[in-house]
Amino acid sequence: MIPPGHFMVLAEVLPGREQALRGVLAQMNSGPGQADPANRLLPFGRFDTLHFARFVILDDATQGDLHAHGVNPVSLPTYLAFLGDCDGPGERQLDEFVRVAQGGLLEVFAHCVGAPDGANLAAWLHARDLPVAAAYANWIGRTVRRVREERALAEALASRARQLAPASPQALRAQLVEFVAAERRQGRLQVAADPPTPAAWWWRNLAHAIAIPLIGLVALPFLVVLSPFLAWHLRKLERADAEIAPAPDPGHVAELATFEDRCVTNAFTALGSVKPGRFRGTLVVVLVALLDYAARHVYGRGHLTRVQTIHFARWVFIDGGQRLLFASNYDGILESYMDDFINKVAWGLNLVFSNGVGYPRTRWLVQGGARNSQAFKNYLRRHQVANSVWYKANAGLSAMDLARHGRIREGLERAAMTDDEIEDWLRSM
Amino acid sequence: MSKDLDFSDVQGLLRFGYKHHTEGAFALLRVRNRAAARAWLAKAQVGTAAKGPLPPTVLQVAFTAPGLQALGVPDGVTSSFAPEFVAGLGTDPNRARRLGDVGNNDPAHWQWGGGDAQPHVLVMAYAMPGRLDACCRDLESHWAVAFELMRWLPTTDMGGVEPFGFTDGVSQPEIDWERRIPAEDHDSLAYRNLSCLGEFLLGYPNEYGRYTARPLLEPVGAAAALLPRAEDDPERADLGRNGSYMVLRTLRQDVPGFWRFLDAKARGDAIERQRIAEAMVGRRTDGQPLLPPAPMPIEGVSRESTARNGFTFDDDAAGLRCPVGAHIRRANPRNADLPANTDGLVSRARRILGFDGAVLHADAVASVRFHRVLRRGREYGQRMPLGEALARSSAPVETGLQFICLCADLARQFEFVQGAWIAGTKFAGLPHEGDPLLGNRRAAPDEPDTARFTMPRAGCPSRVIEGLPAFVDVVGGAYFFLPGVRALRYLVSS
Repeated sequence: MIPPGHFMVLAEVLPGREQALRGVLAQMNSGPGQADPANRLLPFGRFDTLHFARFVILDDATQGDLHAHGVNPVSLPTYLAFLGDCDGPGERQLDEFVRVAQGGLLEVFAHCVGAPDGANLAAWLHARDLPVAAAYANWIGRTVRRVREERALAEALASRARQLAPASPQALRAQLVEFVAAERRQGRLQVAADPPTPAAWWWRNLAHAIAIPLIGLVALPFLVVLSPFLAWHLRKLERADAEIAPAPDPGHVAELATFEDRCVTNAFTALGSVKPGRFRGTLVVVLVALLDYAARHVYGRGHLTRVQTIHFARWVFIDGGQRLLFASNYDGILESYMDDFINKVAWGLNLVFSNGVGYPRTRWLVQGGARNSQAFKNYLRRHQVANSVWYKANAGLSAMDLARHGRIREGLERAAMTDDEIEDWLRSM
Repeated sequence: MSKDLDFSDVQGLLRFGYKHHTEGAFALLRVRNRAAARAWLAKAQVGTAAKGPLPPTVLQVAFTAPGLQALGVPDGVTSSFAPEFVAGLGTDPNRARRLGDVGNNDPAHWQWGGGDAQPHVLVMAYAMPGRLDACCRDLESHWAVAFELMRWLPTTDMGGVEPFGFTDGVSQPEIDWERRIPAEDHDSLAYRNLSCLGEFLLGYPNEYGRYTARPLLEPVGAAAALLPRAEDDPERADLGRNGSYMVLRTLRQDVPGFWRFLDAKARGDAIERQRIAEAMVGRRTDGQPLLPPAPMPIEGVSRESTARNGFTFDDDAAGLRCPVGAHIRRANPRNADLPANTDGLVSRARRILGFDGAVLHADAVASVRFHRVLRRGREYGQRMPLGEALARSSAPVETGLQFICLCADLARQFEFVQGAWIAGTKFAGLPHEGDPLLGNRRAAPDEPDTARFTMPRAGCPSRVIEGLPAFVDVVGGAYFFLPGVRALRYLVSS
């Protein structure tokens, strides 16, 4: 199994160069915000380990909200973020970019502080590659290559299955198994075996799986003792913290909407300040770590709690933990994505995002918050940032399509299936 | 706070379909003279939701955002309506893309509502048989100074049958007029057809137990004199109270195109043709569902309507009886906040955390109680019998539906249903197909073919009907605000 990797290069944009940078980024696109996979600067389509990538310019539009907490916001630089999700380590993906598209990357990052040159580009990118605080992959180990193979397999099976004469489920399946075997012999279908999981990753993952609960166990007695104080403090903050969720500026929404709904999947990027103070600062770090734990060890098999429409998502602290960036790739329109958040996993969003300045008021960290649906939608839109360039490798496929293709392949590889299972399997084609 | 709703402050369309008023026509007006327009609107005899003797004719009045401006409503008031209403239906390419209004549905080709010449005021006239013509002539004679008449949108009484020949308007949400549903935020574990008042009327709690955003004004002058105070903010006057947002879309239906396509797919077999058509709709021609009634009664479905509406899709997750992509299943998936048969704390926790793999696939569709609309559409044009539609020589006729729906939150209700469920090509995990009736068959760069309809079958791969043409074109539309009666008086007060 090849584990998923992530990269996020965060570089400060030179003062006065933002417009020029936007111009360069636009050259990568074939439509508003939609990357041309074969563009001159960074031909995303040539990287067969790359699932998603985006360039996004981050400003500090909502920094002023800190006034509500009695804090004078410091002025933050404008950043260019280059982030993506890949098969294998993110560093290796960055090296691949440098190998194939050094010239294009230099053109882009020439607008950033301390612009790199041909000699130090890889090191420059690595130095600015921020660790993810939490990362979710819809299906851990499903590589770009496997997605393509499974799609071809599913399509071939679907058209073959419709040509078969009626027969018993077992006989139908036997014919399809034979069909695929013949196609593979002819080299028309490929279904590569999964490569071995890198040992180092496997050990690290196991260590992480054990370490976090252990830390929790050690901390538990202290938490129990402190819980009355923590609960009191939390409620005090929840009652006092300002809710800042006015209707977003129509111009801002129009700009965001220009980039949306141009294909099956959309890309969401949002940025906000963590509430000031040690309590919130610590709480959000702990909760994001738990979220990361759940994404790595509990989920990653087609769904994050009840939500099955997210391909990849990540949470990254920037500016030394002052701000939290959230980026995701989801299927369908934003209204249905937000609806999933509100109606299926409001509690989960509240846990993390209620530590952000201006989030709709929560009770006990999980109640309220996103359930105040209109305030929540306003809050999201207000903090959302328009992506300049966005690339998706598997055009036209939703996360549920990918899962369905996986089930079709799995049905083919299983030693035996019951008649009912075969019926479901055939229907999924 | 009195819980008694003042029906005489609500326009009648929210409560009645005016079925005895079989004739109807909708006037799209532009304000020509502000003072005269206000004067006429101030005196217009608007039919209310209060029960009483049936008048021979009834008027309903609604406004677009440009209409409010034209009437001199301050910009600050107009801009405090829902952003979707302020932006309008047919004027934003991003909205059009989201709602599937591209290609054959592109607002650039609309007969009305698509360009700069937005209607300002919609006057809907409903009349008892034989009374409409005189009513319209009388209205026109009063409008000469005040308004420019853009067009009359005609309607035709087709006896409750839409132009393709299916009984229409069978399923409607039941409004909780007495506000029996507590204004709280609680999971609803069973499908119910009873919707909170605030889902359709502004100024009351919605399904989240909250008040949908709406214009709340400083209580001074006319606002203080005419408008009620907001229940959730007694310091402010509620301009939204007893009003609703209204979507009007003219949907042109290609009746010969529909039946001839199905006839070709059925190779001329009349029974098979009917079967495919009914699978696409999700109901029999006479309105009967393809599924038996649910074992338990559904809240908000009366005993008389149980045969037609007392069902859910819970026992048909695979769509063997009613295809998952059938029109009525997309428009109302009849589900609850959690997958069916969630029972007890353990089952609930497992499902909330997504650990119950067996129900995950059926959990792909959002809970419908946040996405209901009240439909009040009427057919228009010339009814074409099936035999004529199938005849090779018959030319298409101009017919279709003046689709009307009412809701309190355009984004969460109409736009969600239209964008995610009707136009969406991934509804409930389906591979790539839009609504079988309303889909625009759009070829996108990443989805070259959405002109499909999947009919699951037992024991073999699903049947896929391919090459579906667009049977329905959107040819006009706009978002309106249908104010309460007092709000109407306020909006036209000088």
